[in-house]
Formats: sequence, structure tokens, C-alpha cells
Amino acid sequence: MEQRIITAAIVLLGVPLVLVGYILLCERLLRFVPEKRGDRIRPWLWIAPAVAFLVVFLIYPTFNTLVLSFMDATSRNFVGLDNYLWFFGDPSTIEALRNSVLWVIFMTAGVVGLGLLIAVLVDRVRYEPVAKTAIFVPLAISFVAAAIIWNFMYQYKPPGTPQTGTVNAVIGLVALGPIDWIRERTFLIDNFALIFIGVWIWTGFAMVILSAGLKGISVELLEAARVDGANEWQVFRRIIFPLLLPTIYVVATTIIITALKSFDIVYTLTNGAFGTDVIARKMFFEMFTTQNFGRASAVAIVLLVAIIPFMAVNIRRFREQEAIR
Amino acid sequence: MTRRRTTLRGLGAVATVAVMLVLAACSGGQSSGDDKSVTVVGTWGGSEQESFLAMVKPWEDKTGNKVKYTGSRGLGAYLTTAVQSGTLPDLAGLPGPGEMQGFYAQGALKALDDVLDMNTYTAETAPAFVDLGKAPDGKTIGVFIKSALKGLIWYNTGNFTGEPPTSWDAVMSTDKGNAENLWCVALESGADSGWPGTDWIEDIVLRTAGPQVYDDWVNGKHKWSSPEIKAAFEAFGDVLDDTYGGPTLINSTNFGDGGNPLFTDPPGCLFHHQASFITDFFKKQGGAQDGEFDFFPMPDMNADFAGAFTGAGDLFGLFSDKAAAKDLLKYLTTAEAQQIWVDRGGALSANTKVTKYPDPVSERSAKILTGAKIFRFDGGDLMPQAMKAAFFRAMVDFAEDQSKLDSILTSLDETAASSYTQ
Repeated sequence: MEQRIITAAIVLLGVPLVLVGYILLCERLLRFVPEKRGDRIRPWLWIAPAVAFLVVFLIYPTFNTLVLSFMDATSRNFVGLDNYLWFFGDPSTIEALRNSVLWVIFMTAGVVGLGLLIAVLVDRVRYEPVAKTAIFVPLAISFVAAAIIWNFMYQYKPPGTPQTGTVNAVIGLVALGPIDWIRERTFLIDNFALIFIGVWIWTGFAMVILSAGLKGISVELLEAARVDGANEWQVFRRIIFPLLLPTIYVVATTIIITALKSFDIVYTLTNGAFGTDVIARKMFFEMFTTQNFGRASAVAIVLLVAIIPFMAVNIRRFREQEAIR
Repeated sequence: MTRRRTTLRGLGAVATVAVMLVLAACSGGQSSGDDKSVTVVGTWGGSEQESFLAMVKPWEDKTGNKVKYTGSRGLGAYLTTAVQSGTLPDLAGLPGPGEMQGFYAQGALKALDDVLDMNTYTAETAPAFVDLGKAPDGKTIGVFIKSALKGLIWYNTGNFTGEPPTSWDAVMSTDKGNAENLWCVALESGADSGWPGTDWIEDIVLRTAGPQVYDDWVNGKHKWSSPEIKAAFEAFGDVLDDTYGGPTLINSTNFGDGGNPLFTDPPGCLFHHQASFITDFFKKQGGAQDGEFDFFPMPDMNADFAGAFTGAGDLFGLFSDKAAAKDLLKYLTTAEAQQIWVDRGGALSANTKVTKYPDPVSERSAKILTGAKIFRFDGGDLMPQAMKAAFFRAMVDFAEDQSKLDSILTSLDETAASSYTQ
């Protein structure tokens, strides 16, 4: 324990000191070069530590993963595209891929749709902060904890016995069910039940961002529209929605990336059984259970390639917004 | 100017010292504390963790050393990462003999022949457990801290009052009375869902096909699609056909709650197949009292292999050269230490010197364990990790839809082909 405190203290004090020392050292060295040249070199020297960290902790691992994805399970022999052929040929990975697509479509639609709806609705009531807090709270719960909570919500007991799971108890009131939500393959109910947990967690995030965007729309604009005779739906459809669109894009891309990376909920509740596997869990499985580093790396690369377009869109949007400002 | 210079130089010196400190901290981060404390990682939480801590307490008091215990459910993933990064605990529970061999081959696990008094250890430990702790080179690398007997059939003494059946057919044709079904089966166990089903298959394979087939099968030399293994699945399928709640309830019920319908009124089922540890759950989850439940051992299924039992245990291994860690490991194998956990309930000892048991149920289990004519370790735990995970999943898939048996067995054969070669 004492050892850890000392380590923490060294890191807390040491890291800033090292950085300050580095800057001072740079300044000292720059004195030996002509001022004009120095001004040009300085930014590069200052940014160098950050770049070094990126290279060591992001770029190198990414590159290494790419290399490993062409190697066998033990990372010793080159196997060419074998791992990728496995990925696109194995029924279980195809199923995982399909489910990840479901996650992307329905989680994004659910989160953005509900987030927007709630943001617009609570904007008009006096108890807005309370309502927003209630919706936002799930985001503060860890995924595993949320999954456990919903495991209780979705609990299944045999028909005719008291249903201890809230969801089955509720549908039991109208003489439906019980349904084993997270294991029922019919109509992909299990997948949707899991995706709903993701929606429940992330709606608060979308709501907060969209609500902030909503507050940024000038009241005069809305007033002018109403004076001109637009009804509330037209105000939303023609003014609020287009003006919110850039924000919606940012929220949507963030959620898409989150959905692609979704792992915890599936791992905790079904571990990928009953046709609910997703690619991030597949990657974990190949890495830690099968210990096939080649396949795990190939899955990681596929995931990365799938995420890149959304990242690119996100960054371009950011740039456009910056340009408008 | 001069003044500023001095300040700069001072700062520079401080920064240099800081760099050295950070480097020192980074390189020192791998050692696990001082010589007086031993870091231990295991799977136990809750009451099991308390029992383990009670077990090491006398050792701490005697030596003045300290045990720092961390419980982790994902022990396999944790140790895999720990071995790769080199930040290992001093002592750790091992997920199973299969993983143990892997860690030893990677050089992370230490041989115990110089740590233990081998003569005493061999004399006091059941031979099956001694063999299971050995590496291919004959060195002892794992010891058992406690053990469990599998293949016990539990019943509510209020519902089943007859003589324990002596043949499998007699078990299957027992009069259910007012119970809804004959069996209760529960497979849910988070990421390890399906394992109670693997116990069923192992028990049936050992009793019907014998230890030779069992060993070959566990070692990947006997096909899953062979008649012996397929017949075991089919026998388990007959059980599932008369199981309370059907496939949905089987897969959605946690193994700990599996026996609860034994104690409802009217009972959901008459029998529940589970290892000796389940009594703790009967009392805590099922609301049963001591004396309301009892067991009979799963009967022989083939006269050639009479008296066959499967069991399991908690393996422990040494990952450091620290003297205190070695001493703790040695202490944990003694009857004195293992008696403590036995007294607290829920465990059988791996040490044959421990004969005092707190209740008749565990005393009988212990007698069967030490007196078994044929004893085999839990097969799933002996398989490579990928095979074990596939076996778990296969049980869930089989319980969900028995008609898929052939494709399930084929895919298990495929997993076997790739996982044993590594």
C-alpha cells in the first residue's frame, strides 16, 4: 500500500515536473539557434511528447495488430489472409457481424430518437432539471452493473408462478408472456432486449447534448416563425431540426462507434449464446479464451476499419463547425 | 538575468531528479510489495473468501506476515494477462490443470518440489490429486486447497422417502409422487453458463464408457461424435426431457437456484444433480434447513466401471520466489489449515488426514471421495481453455434444442482439432 502511495505521488508530481523540465530544456537549446529558425522549430518540440505518446500507445499497437492479424495463433508464422477468410467464412462470426449491425442501427436510432424527443419535450416544462437528471443517471452506471440490473428486470419464471422480473410481471398483467427476453431467438427478441439496455444507458447522453444544442437556437427565430403562422410541428420540422442537424450528426456518430464497440452487456448477460454474439465479444473470446492472437487481431482490424468512416465523418463535421464559427 | 538563470538551473535539476524517480517507480512497479506480505489471487468471493481468510489467519498470526487477497471471477483472463505483462501475484488459484500446464510451460509457475516436504505431501494427499498437480516433467506445480465431490443426486427428504436407487434405470423410473417433473437442471452461470451440464456428461461418460475413454476424450484423443460421447449426451437428453420448466427455465436459472424447486410446495422436481458444495445454496437460496435434504451417489451405469466418481478441487500455484509465499503455500497443504475451511462448511479437504466433518452430508461425501474405486477430475477443467468454453456453450445449445446434437458434436470436434495442437 505505502509503495503505491509513493508511486502515485511520484507520478502526480513527477510527470508535470518532467514536462516543465522538458520545455525549459528545449528553451535552453533553442537559444543556440537563430531566433527565426527557433520560432519555427519550437511548436514541434513542444508537441513532441504528445506525439511520442500517441506513437507508442496508439499508432504502434495499431500497426502491430495489423501485422499480427496476418500471423497464426501464436504470432510466429505468416498465414496471409487466413484469419480474414475465417472471419468472413465462419457462421458464428457472420452472426456476430449481423448483430453488430443491428446494434449500430437500432441503438443509434433509439438513442438519438429518444434523446431528441426527450430534449424537445422537457424543454417546455418547469421541472426540466429533474427530468433530465433522471434520464441521465443510467450513464453513470457501469455497463456490467446495468446489465445485472436488467438481468433482474428481464428475469423469467415458469408460466403460472409469480413473475419476479419486472418486465414479465408487467406484461403478465395483460395476460402475455412470460418471455425469456435475453434468450428468446424468435424475432431476434434477445438481441433487441440487449440493445434496449444500451439505449437505456446512452439516451441521457444524447439528450444532454441535444438539449444544449436546443438552447443555442435563438428564441427570436422561433418567435418569428410562430408570428408567421407556423404551427409547433412546422417549427420543429423546418427550424429546430435543421438547426440541430450538426449536433445530431455528432451524437449519432458517437453512438455508432459505441454500438460497434458494445461488449460488456452481451458478455455479462449471454456471453454470446442464443445468437446474440457481437464482434467485440468475439475479439475478446479469440484473445483470452482461444488465445488465438491472429484471429483476435483480425477481428480488431475489422472493427477498426468499420469505425474509421464514422470517425472521419465526425472529424469533418467538427472542422465544418469550427469554420462556421 | 543571472537570477533567472539560477532558477532555471534549479528547476532543471529538480526535473532530472523527477525523471529518475519516475523511471524508478516504473521499473519498481512489477515487484509485489515487501517481503512480509504475500499477494494471493483466487476466484473466491463472499463466504468462500471469508473461509480462505480464516484459513490463513493462524499462519499470519504465527509468522507476522500478511496475506493480501484479491478475488477475481475472471481468473483465467486475469492470469493470462498477468503472465504476459510479468506483474504476477505471489500465489494464485489456477482455473484448472489445463491452464496450470500452460503457465508452467511459459515459465511463470514455479516447481514446488523444493518448497513442499514431498514425502509428507504425497502421504497425506489423495493420489489422484497428487498426479493432477504434476507437470509432464514429473515436477509438482499445483496443490489442492480443497476439493469437491461431483455426481451426487440431491433430494428433499420430505418428498423422496424410498431406498436410494441402485441402478440408473431405477433412478429414471422413480415414482415422482406430486412433483411436477423428475429433475431440476440449471445451467446459467454468467460467462461460464453451461458448466453444470458438463458435469452431467462427464459423470455419464465415466460411468458408461469407463476411465480409459474418459481420459482419451478429455485429452482430445477420443472424438466427440463417437458413439460413447453421443450416447452420454442422449442420456442427458432423457433427463432434460423430464426437467422442470423445460429448456427456457433450464437455461435461464442460475446454478445456485437450481435446487430451489425441490423445496417448493408442490415440488417442481424430485432430484437435483450437483456437486457437494450445493448444500450451502439449498440453505441460503432455497430456504431449506439441515436435515430437509440428503443425497445418494449417482449409481453405476456399467458394472465394469463400478464405484466411479468425478470430483474437482481448487488448485493453487506459486508464481514467486519469495520465502513467505513458499511458506504460505506449504502451510495451505497441511491438514491443520484445510480443517479450518472444512469446519466452516462447503468444502471437502484434499488432505486425507482431515477426517472430522461438521455434518453427516459432508462426512459421507468425504468418505466417498477417499474411497472411490475410480476417481477422475472434472473433465472440462482439464481441457484447453477453448475446448472448455466450447463444451460449456455446447451444453447451453443442447439444452435449448436437442435436435441439433449432431451439429453440436461436429463443431466440438472442430474445436478439439484446433485447440489441442497449440
